[in-house]
Amino acid sequence: MREPKIIVVGGGLAGLMAVIRAAEAGVPVDLFSIVPVKRSHSVCAQGGINAAKNLKGEGDSTDRHFDDTVYGGDFLANQGPVKRMCEAAPGIIDMLDRMGVMFNRTAEGLLDFRRFGGTLFHRTAFAGATTGQQMLYALDEQVRRFESERKVKKYEGWTFLSAVLDDHRVCRGICAMDLKTMEVRTFPADAAIFCTGGIGAVFGRSTNSVVCTGSAQSALFQQGANYANAEFIQVHPTAIPGEDKCRLMSESARGEGGRVWVPRKPGDKRPAKQIPEAERFYFLEEWYPKYGNLVPRDIATRAIHKVVYTQKMGLEGAPAVYLDVSHIPRETLDRKLEGILEIYEKFLGVDPREHPMRVFPAMHYTMGGLWIDNTNQATNVSGIYAAGECEYQYHGANRLGANSLVSCIYGGMVAAPAAIRYAGGLDKGCESVPTIVYENERRRQEQINDTMLHAEGTENPVTIWKEMGDWMTEHVTVVRNNPDLERTDAKLQELADRFKKINLSDRTSWANQTLSFCRELQNMLVLARCITRGALARNESRGAHYKPDFPDRNDAEWLKTTRAHYDCGTIKFTYEPVDTSTIPPRARRYDAKA
Amino acid sequence: MDTAAPGGGNSGRKVVVRVKRRPDTREEPRWEEFALDWRPHMNIIICLRDIAERPVTRDGHATTPVSYEASCLEEVCGACAMLINGVSRQACSTLVDSLEQPIRIEPLTKFPVVRDLVVDRSIMFENLKRMKCWVPLDGTYDLGPGPRISPEVQEKYYPLARCITCGNCLEVCPQVNENSDFVGAAILSQVRLFNAHPTGAMHMKERLAAVMGPGGVADCANAQNCVEVCPKQIPLTESIAEVNRQAIREAVFGWLLG
Repeated sequence: MREPKIIVVGGGLAGLMAVIRAAEAGVPVDLFSIVPVKRSHSVCAQGGINAAKNLKGEGDSTDRHFDDTVYGGDFLANQGPVKRMCEAAPGIIDMLDRMGVMFNRTAEGLLDFRRFGGTLFHRTAFAGATTGQQMLYALDEQVRRFESERKVKKYEGWTFLSAVLDDHRVCRGICAMDLKTMEVRTFPADAAIFCTGGIGAVFGRSTNSVVCTGSAQSALFQQGANYANAEFIQVHPTAIPGEDKCRLMSESARGEGGRVWVPRKPGDKRPAKQIPEAERFYFLEEWYPKYGNLVPRDIATRAIHKVVYTQKMGLEGAPAVYLDVSHIPRETLDRKLEGILEIYEKFLGVDPREHPMRVFPAMHYTMGGLWIDNTNQATNVSGIYAAGECEYQYHGANRLGANSLVSCIYGGMVAAPAAIRYAGGLDKGCESVPTIVYENERRRQEQINDTMLHAEGTENPVTIWKEMGDWMTEHVTVVRNNPDLERTDAKLQELADRFKKINLSDRTSWANQTLSFCRELQNMLVLARCITRGALARNESRGAHYKPDFPDRNDAEWLKTTRAHYDCGTIKFTYEPVDTSTIPPRARRYDAKA
Repeated sequence: MDTAAPGGGNSGRKVVVRVKRRPDTREEPRWEEFALDWRPHMNIIICLRDIAERPVTRDGHATTPVSYEASCLEEVCGACAMLINGVSRQACSTLVDSLEQPIRIEPLTKFPVVRDLVVDRSIMFENLKRMKCWVPLDGTYDLGPGPRISPEVQEKYYPLARCITCGNCLEVCPQVNENSDFVGAAILSQVRLFNAHPTGAMHMKERLAAVMGPGGVADCANAQNCVEVCPKQIPLTESIAEVNRQAIREAVFGWLLG
């Protein structure tokens, strides 16, 4: 039997997990990543990872985790995959524990668990406030072990450009570019697993890393892969706004007792510490007595918007509210939250152990992503698989905090064996594909580079990117109105036109970051339209998608997955039913009394 | 929290930045100076982005955007290490208002320059491989929980696990130079971490063999610059001392213990 050949694109949690599963199965795997994998965006995940281990005697179970996730996602997630993920979660925690992740411990030496949004259970295992970093490193170390055994070959510093598709539109490998030499090369493979993460850069400033552009997903979308639920964008309630990025202040701050408030008197100029308890408006606790500060993110974000924009109660009139941990003992803060408090202190020069933090919502995560099937992480293009944030499967209309890490690992665990089974079942492997197929794709990509490098226009790519980000953030995040979405769509088309008149200001062929950025930008513009048009079409409110003109969830018409197809420059939508086989949809009300 | 766009600065205040440019490895480095509009909370990344949006030097010459590495922008990915006013540090967490002007930005000197501020730090990842910095795992299938670890032990070793492989500790180490293979503090601290883990300790002998080889712990000359510059305040000198003790113990008694 011939040996299957697998490629993994992206070296965050999902990608590394897929690599490990392939290497364990003895299948050679090539791993591509823009950055050294240890610098992938998974390092930014802070608060923890969910698994119903029930180590606190609360009667937690994987069924309750499943129910919280489906309810938190406003019933838009397919229940079969979510159920399997929640059932796998406790085993995933054990695996990470055995890999040496430095999880916080109880006095007995067991894993400690904290509270998180959208659940009433202590279900979140954590390593200080740098859980994603600790998990990424553990997987990175295992991949390094396989690399030293020559079971994995890493291509770090390469960017994905396109899939190589044969005459039957079957994926036979990828085309990528070396970010140092700018060499464009094709790599044959029987199957490719995409674990290319988030799309924060589409919104300009977000909590995401610079590398989270969604460029790979968009490139695949333009090659025929479907993109699902694009309109569902998570805006995290608590971030520090910044010009270069919005720095996340983890939900774990609230999980450990942090409270969100504003002064009861609008425009109150007194320093926070001088405002007595009775003159503080703990709006989440008042409006949502059962969940308090730990309502799901879409709920908390809309509440902050209401306080700031409707009730005009933002701090000193500015778009900001307090996230307060200053009542928690210093020793507890340093043991459980040091990583994030250090970020606040370093970037703003204020000690959050003493003074309440000033925060505001920021774009954080995409629930939508590449369409995949319900069992194998397979896209609609034969040979292309996806796992992690770049696919749409596990979070419905709103993701619960600390569920992303578990979905990354679980998706990677499912994708690799599925890709290997598919590759093993092929009549003919990539070695029998005519070289002209690869040659044509390489030429096509080199042609795109050439055109960009020699464009004699006047438009600066950074300016176009910033405009796109500003429009997307203003009109396609927390509150969505159809006329604004129409205008944004028109603006995006204008930007795409202006992109044709671009000028790179760097035409060299060595480590040309402007060129790779422009390639990403072109793809971002397509994805931005997919999100905007998806939002425009969905006339209801569900999870993170909120339209004041259509304030209610409308299951009769919209309990459906949005599936976007790209066809010669136009985006078309079809809708398919959601798997609700286990938990019948019910009203989502977090404001019920305790 | 002001987020005025570049060019929108109304104060007229400027930030003067000098960047050491090197288009590729064949050309000699040269300096370019830029005058940027000051805004509150500006960091070095924002300066470099301003230059990318308007790549024109202070004296009006068109140039190329500066190549640099950056990703998370919150000092947890390790990418953006560079020399800023001669100090080895992360660009994202370096605020303009804390610096004397003109601000001098240069690439790290202990690693090969690729272009401008981009350097090749792959040697660090290679050394992690050489020192077997991992926990040996039978497999990722469900084998139950890991070993119990006391909170005291977790609190002692978690800080070591926060190393972001930025390379600042190598940059400031006099022992890291053209004539030495010294792996540096970050790697030795990882050796300590994995030797301490109950399962990782099963590979301690192999790790110590590597540590006692060329470029190992014996090359540390105790300058203690590493611990000063570490952005994560990792007790690097403690780590080196501990690994040194383990290596000596292994050298003296290793043959007895088998």
